[in-house]
Amino acid sequence: MKRTQVIALIFLCVIALASLFAGFIAPSYSEQFRDFISAPPSARFPLGTDELGRDRFARLLYGTRVSLLLAPAAALLSTFIAALLGGLAAYLGGYWEKAITTGIDLFLSLPWLFLLLAARAMLPLNTSPVTSVILTFLLLGCLGWATPARIIRAGTRTLLNSDFLIHARAAGISPASLFWRHLMPNLRPILLAQFWISVPVFVLSEANLGLLGLGVSEPLPSWGALLRELENYTEILHSPWMLAPVALLVIVVACLQVVLRTEDQIPC
Amino acid sequence: MLRYIAALFVTAALFFAATPSAESAGELRFCLRGDPKSFNPLLVEDEYSETLLYLTGGVLVRLNRYTQELEGELATKWRVSENGRRIDFELRPNVRFSDGTQFTCEDVAYTMRRLMDPALHAPTADSFRSAPGPVETKCNGPSSVMVRLPAPVASLAARFDQVAMISSRSPKKEAAVLGPFMVTEYKPGVEVLLRRNPNYWKHDANGRQLPYLDSVRLDIQQNRELELLRFRRGELDIVNKLDPEMYDRLSREMPHRVVDAGPSLDWEVVFFNQVASSPLPEYKKAWFRSAEFRRAIWEGVNRDDISRIVYRGHAKPAAGPVSSSNRFWINAALKPPAYSPDAALALLSRDGFHRSGDSLVDRSGHPVEFSMITNAGNKLHERTLAMIQQDLAKLGIHLNVVVLDFPSLIERISRSYNYESVLMAFTNVDLDPSDQMNIWLSSGPNHQWNPGQKTPATPWEAEVDKLMQAQAAAQNIQQRKVYFDKVQQIVAEKAPMLFLVNPDALSAVSSNLKNVTPALLRPQIYWNVERLDTSTKYVSQR
Repeated sequence: MKRTQVIALIFLCVIALASLFAGFIAPSYSEQFRDFISAPPSARFPLGTDELGRDRFARLLYGTRVSLLLAPAAALLSTFIAALLGGLAAYLGGYWEKAITTGIDLFLSLPWLFLLLAARAMLPLNTSPVTSVILTFLLLGCLGWATPARIIRAGTRTLLNSDFLIHARAAGISPASLFWRHLMPNLRPILLAQFWISVPVFVLSEANLGLLGLGVSEPLPSWGALLRELENYTEILHSPWMLAPVALLVIVVACLQVVLRTEDQIPC
Repeated sequence: MLRYIAALFVTAALFFAATPSAESAGELRFCLRGDPKSFNPLLVEDEYSETLLYLTGGVLVRLNRYTQELEGELATKWRVSENGRRIDFELRPNVRFSDGTQFTCEDVAYTMRRLMDPALHAPTADSFRSAPGPVETKCNGPSSVMVRLPAPVASLAARFDQVAMISSRSPKKEAAVLGPFMVTEYKPGVEVLLRRNPNYWKHDANGRQLPYLDSVRLDIQQNRELELLRFRRGELDIVNKLDPEMYDRLSREMPHRVVDAGPSLDWEVVFFNQVASSPLPEYKKAWFRSAEFRRAIWEGVNRDDISRIVYRGHAKPAAGPVSSSNRFWINAALKPPAYSPDAALALLSRDGFHRSGDSLVDRSGHPVEFSMITNAGNKLHERTLAMIQQDLAKLGIHLNVVVLDFPSLIERISRSYNYESVLMAFTNVDLDPSDQMNIWLSSGPNHQWNPGQKTPATPWEAEVDKLMQAQAAAQNIQQRKVYFDKVQQIVAEKAPMLFLVNPDALSAVSSNLKNVTPALLRPQIYWNVERLDTSTKYVSQR
C-alpha cells in the first residue's frame, strides 16, 4: 500500500470512528438551543449552530454516519443491478441484448419526477426518520442503475472482442467460467468508477429529493439535508463554516478513491 | 446641401431621443412570480391577475388600504337599504374609459349582468350570491344606479371593491379600463407592460391628472434570488412578499429600503383531521376530536419562539382568526395562550392522557404519536415543524414530520382525508369576517378539519353556524361585531385550528420611488399607485 493510500485510510478511519462515536463526541443532533441560533463557532459549538440553534458539528457527525453508510449502499445496489443487466446484455447478445437495451432506454425515458412523487404519495405518513432515510436510499439505488448499465454493456462488448477472451473461448472454457473468471474481474475498474461516481450523486440526489418530500425527515440529519443549507449562498460569505459538509464530502470521496485505486487497465 | 441638412435633423432627433428630459416617462418596475391567467377583470382568481386588476380596474368604491375605510371612486355616494339587499350608487360624472368611451350607469348594469352570468363562472360573483335568484340592476337616471340582490349581504358596499367596471359599448370590450393604467403589451413568461390611462378621472390637489407614472413594467420572474439581485442593481423598484430571511439579508445591505408593515391578515395554522369517514384508527380520531387535546397542543407549542426564530421576529403570535392589524374586527379580549408545557400536560391529564416513561399515552395505553404534513419547499414551514416537534417531545408526544408536494397535500386534506394533522398557511385579503364564511360554516368546503358537514358534528359548530349567519344578515356593524367576537371566543376555546402566527408583510422599496405609504393590506406598497412617482426617468425601452 502506498503512502498516500495509508494517509487516506487514516483519514477515513478517523471520520468513520468520529461518526460512529458521535454520541460521545457531540451528544445531541436534534436539540434546539434556541438562545444560540445561527451562532458562530465556539468551544461549545465547534461549527456553530444552524437556524434553529442545533449544533452543526453534531449534525455533521450524525449526518456522516447516515450518508456514509447509506449512500455507498445505494451505490452498491445500483452498480450491482447495472453490472448484472449491462454485463448480461453484452455477454448474451442477440435478442437478449436488444431486450435489455430497450429496457434501459425505456427506463431512462420515464418521467422519474412524477413517479417519485407518486411513490411518496403512496408511502405511509407515520414512518420514522430512520425508515424514511432507508427508503430514500433504497429508492435511489433501484433507480440509479440505467446509465451505468449502458457503460458497463459497452465495456463488456469491448472486452468480449479482446484477444485473451477469444483465446479463452477457443480453448473451450465454459461460458460460466468465462463470465465469472475472466470477464467480471476485468470489468472491475469500470464497476469501481461507476460506484464512486454514484456515491456523491446519491448524496446530492437525497438533498434534492427533500424538495419533493422524499428526503430524510426531521430531525435526522444527512449530508444532503446539510447541503441544502447552502442554497442561501450569501449566508456562506458570512458563515463560511457552513461549507464543512461540502469539505467533508470531497475529502471522503477523494480518500475512498485513493484507498481503492486500482492499477488495472481495461484491455483493448 | 439638402442631404447635410437632413443628416443634421436625423442626428438632432437621435440626440434628443436618447437624452433624459424632465418630461420623459417615469416607470415603476416590479416582478410577478407567474403569468396572469386572465386579463378579463371579471375572471380574476389568481394573484397575478389580481395585481393587474388593481392597477387597471376602475371600481365604484375602494377600500383604502391604509385607513381601512371605504372611499368613493367611480361612485361619489352610495346608500345600502332593504336590510342589506339593495345598494344605490350616485356615479361620478364625466368619466371616460381608456379608449374614450363615456362611463354610464348602463356600464354598471352590464358589468353586473356579465358578472352574475352563471355561464361565466366569475369567482367574485359568489360574494353576491347570498340566495338563489337574479341580481337586479336598474338605472335611475344617467348617473344613478340601483343593485338589488336576492337576499341581504353583509358589507355590501365593500364587495364592489373587487368589481372592475367594464364598458357595454366600447369596441375594445374588457381592454377598455377605468383604472390608472391599461395593459399595452404582454409577452408570456417575460413581462406585462402597462401605460397610463390618458382618460383617468382622478386629479391631485393641484389639479394635475393622475397617475404620475407613465408606465408600470411587470417582469415575470419566478426566481426570488434573481429578483433580489435585480432590486440590488436598481432594476426593480419593489419586491413584494419578502421572506424573513431575504428581508434580514437586504436590511443589512440596504437598511432604508426594506419595509415591515406589521402583521398581515394571513395565518399560519395547524389543524387535526376530524373527518368521521377518514381512514384513521378510532383512538386517534378520539384524540383529534377532543378540544382538551387540541388546546393542550396549542399551549404546548412555543409560538413566541416560532415568531422569533423561524420568522426572525417578523411575525406575531396569533390569538385567533383575526390578525391584530384588522383593527375593527379583532376580539381584543382574546390573548394568544401563553406557552406552558405544564398547563398543556394538565389539560391532557384531564382528558385521560398520562406519562409512561418518556412517552405520553392515552387512557387505552396507546402512545401518542401522529404525523404532521406540510408542503415541500417551504423552509418556514419545515422549520416551524421542527420546532413543534421538539416542543411536543417535551410533552412526551412523538411527532413525525412529513413534507409532501402541494398537490399530494391538497389531495389528502380535501379528498382522501388520509392525514392526521397539517401545518398550512391561509391567505386573507378581506377585513370583513363574511370572507371567512366558507371556513367557519360547518357545511363550508374550507371548514378544513371536517368539511362539508350535512348537520353540525358538535354543538359548538352549530353555535358558530348560527353566529356566522347572524353576523352576515345583521346590518348594524356593531351588532355584527358582537356576533363575530363570540365566534372568535368559541374558536379560541375549542381550538379547531391552532393559530400559530400572523407573518408580517415584508417588502423592499427603491429609494427612487416617491409617495410610498406602506399599508398592512394588499397590495401593501402600491395601493396608491396613481400617486407613486419615480425620480429616475427611463427613456429608452428595452
